[in-house]
Amino acid sequence: MPLKRKDILSIDALSCEEIDLILQTAESFKEVSTRDIKKVPALRGKTIINLFFEPSTRTRTSFELAGKRLSADVINISAASSSAVKNETILDTARNIEAMHSDFIVVRHSASGVPQLLAGVLRSAVINAGDGAHQHPSQGLLDLMTIKEKKGEIKGLKVVIVGDILHSRVARSDIQGLVKYGAEVCVVGPPTLIPSGIERWGVKVSLHMDEALVGADIIIVLRLQLERQSRGFFPTLREYAMLYGLNQNRLNLADPEVLVMHPGPINRGIELSSEIADGLSSVILDQVTNGLAVRMALFFLLSEGSQH
Amino acid sequence: MSDKILIKGGRIIDPSHKRDEVADLLIEAGVISGISPSIAQPEGTFRTIDARGLLVVPGLIDLHTHLRVPGFEYKETIASATAAAASGGFTTVCCMPNTNPVNDNQAVTELILERAAAEGLVHVLPVGAITKGSQGKELAEMAELVSAGCVAVSDDGLPVMNSEIMRLAMTYATIFDIPVIDHCEDLNLTADGVIFEGKVSTDLGLRGIPSSSETVMVARDIELAELTGARVHLAHISTAGSVQLIREAKKRGISVTAETCPHYFTLTDEALRGYDSNAKMKPPLASSKDMEAILAGLADGTIEVIATDHAPHASEEKEQELDCAPFGIIGLETALPLSLKLVETGVLSLSDVIEKLTSGPAKVIGQKIGRLGIGDRADITLIDPDVEWTVKASDMKSLSKNSPFIGWTMKGRASTVIVSGKVLEGLYDGGKLR
Ligand SMILES: [Zn+2]
Repeated sequence: MPLKRKDILSIDALSCEEIDLILQTAESFKEVSTRDIKKVPALRGKTIINLFFEPSTRTRTSFELAGKRLSADVINISAASSSAVKNETILDTARNIEAMHSDFIVVRHSASGVPQLLAGVLRSAVINAGDGAHQHPSQGLLDLMTIKEKKGEIKGLKVVIVGDILHSRVARSDIQGLVKYGAEVCVVGPPTLIPSGIERWGVKVSLHMDEALVGADIIIVLRLQLERQSRGFFPTLREYAMLYGLNQNRLNLADPEVLVMHPGPINRGIELSSEIADGLSSVILDQVTNGLAVRMALFFLLSEGSQH
Repeated sequence: MSDKILIKGGRIIDPSHKRDEVADLLIEAGVISGISPSIAQPEGTFRTIDARGLLVVPGLIDLHTHLRVPGFEYKETIASATAAAASGGFTTVCCMPNTNPVNDNQAVTELILERAAAEGLVHVLPVGAITKGSQGKELAEMAELVSAGCVAVSDDGLPVMNSEIMRLAMTYATIFDIPVIDHCEDLNLTADGVIFEGKVSTDLGLRGIPSSSETVMVARDIELAELTGARVHLAHISTAGSVQLIREAKKRGISVTAETCPHYFTLTDEALRGYDSNAKMKPPLASSKDMEAILAGLADGTIEVIATDHAPHASEEKEQELDCAPFGIIGLETALPLSLKLVETGVLSLSDVIEKLTSGPAKVIGQKIGRLGIGDRADITLIDPDVEWTVKASDMKSLSKNSPFIGWTMKGRASTVIVSGKVLEGLYDGGKLR
């Protein structure tokens, strides 16, 4: 069964059936990466273009490797995104790239809505690799996959998402996926970094870390962009770490089987202490492994779909 | 070509004279020379316009137009903007000073007026800057601006943040009895926001502009209006909080007037769902609660003016990621039908709508226009209230096409526009744009 859609833009747009299909396919691709010859011919002759307007090593590498494992040709393009330095519009850039007969365009941009804008005008399949504070669907999917793998079922799990929810596309994708599967989601962070009306998404909001963590099955710690401090969202990194940093004392409040997740890269000692990042509860490296499998599944299923 | 025009059998609506009747109207030598139920054919050659089934109203006045001249002629020219104005039924536009250079001195005002005289199809009344370069630091030479022809001052687009400077500007403006028009926005609260802060900004992951960015400044300006006794006009009001503050200020007898724009009573931030940069403007489209309050403010007279905030931007500027696309939409060619819709939805009477587009704005700038009196300059708009038409970018006269209303079906449109007693030829043919 292929995915009957051209693009992957947000978790919101995917049904549970589609997500199940993606995660099942990803499971089967995990095995490929453990082989001696880590390659299958599924996407031979296809061209994937990683169009990254925002610097990113890990997501780009993950998409690149996913494409290569499926035998596609992968090209990485890093483009300047600031309107001050660029001299053509985003649509011109994308149309020029598509003129090279790409099959997939994986796009990351600091402005929300860019993948949607491109998907509307391009024939290629567009995969959103993160747009502004809007969505990061492959991250949302790999987080669901990791939780499902470790916990079996998502329904009823108590999930706490900690940090800068306001600027986080990871939080938005995670919340949409987790709520779809019936998890009980609580977001916690300073109120200056909680977006207005997020309760409407079916989540609880807490301002107090210790209160939120009690009995948590999953803790997703978001990366704190250090420049938020200079914009006045909180007084100092020290105080942020004091109020919302995850340390061992706080972790003890959660369920003993709790899993700690982080989309990386980690600011050790700020949002997450090293002992936890490297500890037994951490599934951060499983997330990375699953990310590769999920991205292989997305390429494969979209490619299958386009042939029908 | 005769200089006599007899407009026969139209429904003449002139809110300034509380007139609403079917009558004839005669124009001679550029001025209105007669209005009565039946005017006999004048002597000599004359032109007759059959206005049966049409509304005959004072030429519409837009208090808030960005002509983009000088400096941004790639967005709009005086020729294109005034063609758009005429096409939309406007015979007078007041142009905002955020040009390059800023209209903060006599030379720029004169340049605008010279170009308007040369290529403009409708009257242009410049608005001068409040501060030099609209930098918010030193007052512009207001006496010079007024003598050159400015009818108001405003730092629209670059609002005066320093409240003491605003106080001084208001106090100083009382010498000339001109209104100080403020674009109410606390730039610090807006920060890097691009759309209204609320459920849509959260869903779309876009940085929000809180409604308090507007209301904080509305409250400030009301306090300063009371302190200084100046005439203060609040531009493009968009939020419920502002409407409430203005309503209370008027009850207290403070000399404050207010305008809103058709987009604020027609659209909400839901229009941003598709990341449409043609729905991005300042102030941003707000919530449905705010839209309801704007409608209530129009209905009870808290808001006395409907203005367009016509803000042309080139397609290559608007076809960008939403974060980068400039704020602003065009409005001259859609304002009239969107306003007439308020009659259909029972918000305003027909006469009230016409008032907010004619004598309302005329009163704010203290000009003897927007009315149909004997001896008045013949600026007249004939409206076909029933014609249905579709907004098409290719039909628009504005050089820029940044409108969220493209593709909409509208009801009602200007069918003939008369400026200083001259029928604008070539713009219209039997109610249809040629
Ligand atoms: Zn403005």
